[in-house]
Amino acid sequence: MKKLLLGNEALAQGAIDAGISGVYAYPGTPSTEITEYIQKSKIAQELNIHSNWSVNEKTAMEAALGMSYAGKRSLTVMKHVGLNVAADIFMNMSVSGINGGLVVVVADDPSMHSSQNEQDSRYYGKFAMIPMLEPSNQQDSYDITKYAFDLSEKFGLPVLIRMVTRLSHSRAGVTTGDRVAQNEVKLPKNARQFQLIPMHARGLYNHLIDIQPDMQEHSENSYYNELTKGTDNSFGIITSGIAHNYLMENFEDGKCPYSVLKISQYPLPKKAIKYLFDTCEKILVLEDGYPFIEEMISDFLNENKKVIGRLTGDVPRVGELNPDNIGKALGFKVTESIEIPKIVAGRPPELCVGCGHRDLFNAINDLGKEADTQKVFGDIGCYALGALPPFNTINTLIDMGASITMAKGAADAGIHPAIAIIGDSTFTHSGMTGLLEAVVANTKMTVIISDNSAIAMTGAQDSSASGRLVNICKGIGVDPEHLKVLTPLHKNLDENIDLIRNEINYKGVSVIISQRPCVQLSKEKKDNIKHLLEIALN
Amino acid sequence: MKINIILAGVGGQGILTIAAVIDTAALASNLNIKQSEVHGMSQRGGAVQSHVRISDKEVYSDLIPVGKADMIISVEPMELLRYLPFLKKDGLLVTDSNPFLNIAIYPELEELYTEIKSYPNSILIDAQKIAKDLGNSRATNIVLLGAASHQLPLSDESLQQAIKTLFERKGEKIVAKNIEAFSTGKEIAKKIFSKKIVL
Repeated sequence: MKKLLLGNEALAQGAIDAGISGVYAYPGTPSTEITEYIQKSKIAQELNIHSNWSVNEKTAMEAALGMSYAGKRSLTVMKHVGLNVAADIFMNMSVSGINGGLVVVVADDPSMHSSQNEQDSRYYGKFAMIPMLEPSNQQDSYDITKYAFDLSEKFGLPVLIRMVTRLSHSRAGVTTGDRVAQNEVKLPKNARQFQLIPMHARGLYNHLIDIQPDMQEHSENSYYNELTKGTDNSFGIITSGIAHNYLMENFEDGKCPYSVLKISQYPLPKKAIKYLFDTCEKILVLEDGYPFIEEMISDFLNENKKVIGRLTGDVPRVGELNPDNIGKALGFKVTESIEIPKIVAGRPPELCVGCGHRDLFNAINDLGKEADTQKVFGDIGCYALGALPPFNTINTLIDMGASITMAKGAADAGIHPAIAIIGDSTFTHSGMTGLLEAVVANTKMTVIISDNSAIAMTGAQDSSASGRLVNICKGIGVDPEHLKVLTPLHKNLDENIDLIRNEINYKGVSVIISQRPCVQLSKEKKDNIKHLLEIALN
Repeated sequence: MKINIILAGVGGQGILTIAAVIDTAALASNLNIKQSEVHGMSQRGGAVQSHVRISDKEVYSDLIPVGKADMIISVEPMELLRYLPFLKKDGLLVTDSNPFLNIAIYPELEELYTEIKSYPNSILIDAQKIAKDLGNSRATNIVLLGAASHQLPLSDESLQQAIKTLFERKGEKIVAKNIEAFSTGKEIAKKIFSKKIVL
């Protein structure tokens, strides 16, 4: 019988059935459920598939490459902005190539449901000059992942699979197949392959260039790039990934009169695109994310105006696709609909009742009344909601770790008080190096680590920081006299305000760990954290 | 046969339980399903929705087009109205009457109820109280599912079997309470519609 799986779960099952020996990832919506599925999978446990969370996306991808170096298949998973963190290893392992199959899964978030931008990871795939796959539905997510590992080993390159939120977080029945046995340890034939000193890297880079035509040829003939010839030549349509479903939704039983090229494998297949150019009056490009294909196939001066899509305004330039905006691009009448009654009020997300971040924000807001020059530099996590009413505590929020380094730069510019607020897991992900920089410069600033001992926003996964923060800060060189721990509870409000005020007035780097476990954690987890903290203090 | 359902509520209210029952029953009935859901930031007390699509033919889009939903089932009365643009003409509305008050400005309840009742095909019930009276206040969702079930292309047996499958590990008592919640919801919907026809 079919299994009902999220796109993410189907992909994860595909990776298990492709014989992976490890998944390396840092949580991030919409990618998180891929790793969680493998963590919970009985068969993955029996096969001893490594699945513990990594500290960040860069460490994750590097570990995946290490496993590949040893000859085994590995998967690394992240959200789109996570690939920015891992960009260094991503670009360089495309030059070194891989040994055991290595697949990079990146989940993009068009419409920014849970992200700060809607960057399109396909540009990274092209940048690195590696094969790229884009599933269009849940069954594809399973099948394509198995295929991706074979493709990776065939070309000796990492392969990028691009997901989008709607596919990641939508369920459908999926038929699964046989499982491939895991690889044994087998070291690379060429001992210099993984030594990217310039004299070796030049040769490897030339090899990457040399095999581009082979990748192109493979894509031209791929089962995953499907051209369906139509009867009406007024349009030729190119879809990528999930866009195909929205297109077909507009036709009774998916009977589309136009020629349709469904793309799920890159580099872009030239022959099929040439067919559309030769036979159709206009080419409509439907792709979730940036106008990636449209840009590549449009003429630079836009003289023939043959290609239409997001760039020409026929499809909205930003935001995710849906059956309605594609229907409009096809010239269909918009279905009449009821308007939302005026009495309906907005309901933005909010911090949980009883959340420790609330009590911390209350303390900081009270201090803000004493010094109107106070600026608070925020970071990525639940506490980002501190930028919204009723708190309005946080002034900036850009990327993982930027709270500490932006506070440093602002303090250098003369801002005081300059307060950074960063979560425990975000701190170990990307905050520690910034703190070291501030300590070295003895910058007059205060870092508050809001420690709820979980990666809360993505579902309270285990944090690498749990029980380690005091020792990490000491190790980085924070003056122990100015390394304080407080408990964010309403009853401690006055005492917490005094503590933070004292540290703000210190002429150097002070760190305050605001410590209370996430209310979403089970009692068992909370007890475990308490135990870790006791060990740390002794 | 194709049916489009929007489930609505506030993050944490558990609308995905309703989705899981419908999905499980549909899968056992050999139907095609697509069900999109919301994960991430909105789950923290924000507005959340799930699109459930069932058909004996292929289901393409994971999202329901505007004006094509056959019904909206909501566990919160204001959240029901948020998704009206998706509702088909004379589509079914089923909602619990209890507001979830986590925002500063919430509409007057009477105004809200009047708006809901202005749609002829609507069921506004205190499912929370019904569930509580049955001795399981957590079965509010299942009461609402029961109230909507007369317009689902799934048999009562398949839905009840799905409830059994999903609640099995919580024990026989919980299964029985949820089956009872389902049947009570169904009965109430029947009464409401028979009255409407009389009027």
